[in-house]
Amino acid sequence: MAKIDKHFFDLGYMDTLASQQTPIHRLDPRAKLITTLVFITMVVSFGKYEISALIPFFIYPVFLCAVGNVPPVYLLKKLILVSPFAVMIGIFNPLLDREILVRLGDMGVSGGWISFASILLRFVLTVGVALILIAVTGFYAVCAALEKLGTPSVFVVQLMFLYRYLFVLVGEASRLVRARSLRAIGNGGSGIKTYGSLVGHLLLRTMDRAQRIYLAMCCRGFDGKIRMLKPLKFGLPEIGFVCGWLGFFIAIRFYNIPALLGGAVTELFK
Amino acid sequence: MSHHIVEAQDLSYTYPDGTPGIRGVSFRITHGESVAVVGSNGAGKSTLLLHLNGYRLPTRGTLRIGDYPLSKANLKAVRRTVGMVFQDPDDQLFMPTVFDDVAFGPLNLGLPPEEVEDVVMRALETVGVSHLKKRPPYRLSGGEKRSVAIATVLSMSPDILVMDEPTSGLDPRARRRLIELLKTFQHTKVIATHDLDMAVDLCERTIVLHEGAVTADGPTRELLQDQALLAESGLEKPLQMQHCPLCGNRSDNPKTRPPLAA
Repeated sequence: MAKIDKHFFDLGYMDTLASQQTPIHRLDPRAKLITTLVFITMVVSFGKYEISALIPFFIYPVFLCAVGNVPPVYLLKKLILVSPFAVMIGIFNPLLDREILVRLGDMGVSGGWISFASILLRFVLTVGVALILIAVTGFYAVCAALEKLGTPSVFVVQLMFLYRYLFVLVGEASRLVRARSLRAIGNGGSGIKTYGSLVGHLLLRTMDRAQRIYLAMCCRGFDGKIRMLKPLKFGLPEIGFVCGWLGFFIAIRFYNIPALLGGAVTELFK
Repeated sequence: MSHHIVEAQDLSYTYPDGTPGIRGVSFRITHGESVAVVGSNGAGKSTLLLHLNGYRLPTRGTLRIGDYPLSKANLKAVRRTVGMVFQDPDDQLFMPTVFDDVAFGPLNLGLPPEEVEDVVMRALETVGVSHLKKRPPYRLSGGEKRSVAIATVLSMSPDILVMDEPTSGLDPRARRRLIELLKTFQHTKVIATHDLDMAVDLCERTIVLHEGAVTADGPTRELLQDQALLAESGLEKPLQMQHCPLCGNRSDNPKTRPPLAA
């Protein structure tokens, strides 16, 4: 129960971060969204054994964090929370792919370990950047940007409601769990049967609430489209931001800067 | 001005599973009236209220809201006329910020954006919460949520205000403030409530429902003194009409009433 509550407040912290005033926050959400989407595409487009070429990509999230004033420790905690998914995807690579690709002194490193490391790097880059995007833009602004860029409004409305009622749902769930644990003595009342009915109740309550919300929306003239007064402005700073970063991404996508630097340094000492 | 009128004739509604909701209810509420709908739990108050904005259509009888008889064809016009404040403000506040929420209705009505801002700010100022405009609704206190919920309805300038338990879950001071605020509204008001003291303070007329039918309809002060009627309808006298357990005086007697704290 304490855990649910804790993550709940953590989620609200994202909004606090998003309401800051920094040059990054002031940019049009579309600029940040486009840049981030291109970034993610670039990162996942590399071959499966690539590690060194991915390193320069860290410059973008570090830049956003620094200028957008996002605390790295908070971000790291969030990443660790979802990391099991990435680990599960790559955990068997070292067992399946035993061909030695690289030798570090006497130790051979198999292709499996390298592709595992590559998966983890990509996970940190892509998920990290997505989290930072929300922390410097705000969830709803990202939704508004999605809609302006042509995402069907049904999806956008779904996303907005998901976020808004997450807070209500978590509140309701934690009240249910608390009510159960206060009356469960010892091990009694904590079996699968109790949880089944708990989840069922939550579902029924959610459906009731959905009905009431829909009614409230209809009362105020809802016709399938959400209108908002958010003047978005795509001006010079946005064009500069997008073009600058896209240029940088393309450069580091096609030139392996760490390898080039390494080559130049070894050339010097020859 | 006929568009502030609510008129029900032999209104009946039976739920799909056969449970009777309301049975042959008739009344006429005219312009500027403030009417309390009271009754015990399950008396049919909420079912009746859901008819007033066309969420439920009567299985028998007719309902006229303003210039329109209630039917599927003119739901839009009816919903334009009737502003409904729900019991749980969380159901009503679904937009990212307070401002967006209050702007939701006017934007759907097709008001030009530059006017919407004015309308929203005026509604927020009326209920005294303009400082909250940038806050997300889930971060507000219960009283603040209620005020914003009322603002979301006011911004659509309805002729008739319908409220379901507006004082539930409010602390005494927030409740008092809400009552004072509602007193200043010129709209026709229909308020379903268990808070009979509020009914006395706010509504000159009361409709008593019991088991889906109207058992009484008349001046609030008279009806809520009628011990027999109240007992039959599962209600109790409002506290201010009961004798004080300490001094034995009644608090609604101006001669003996202690002064209200400001």
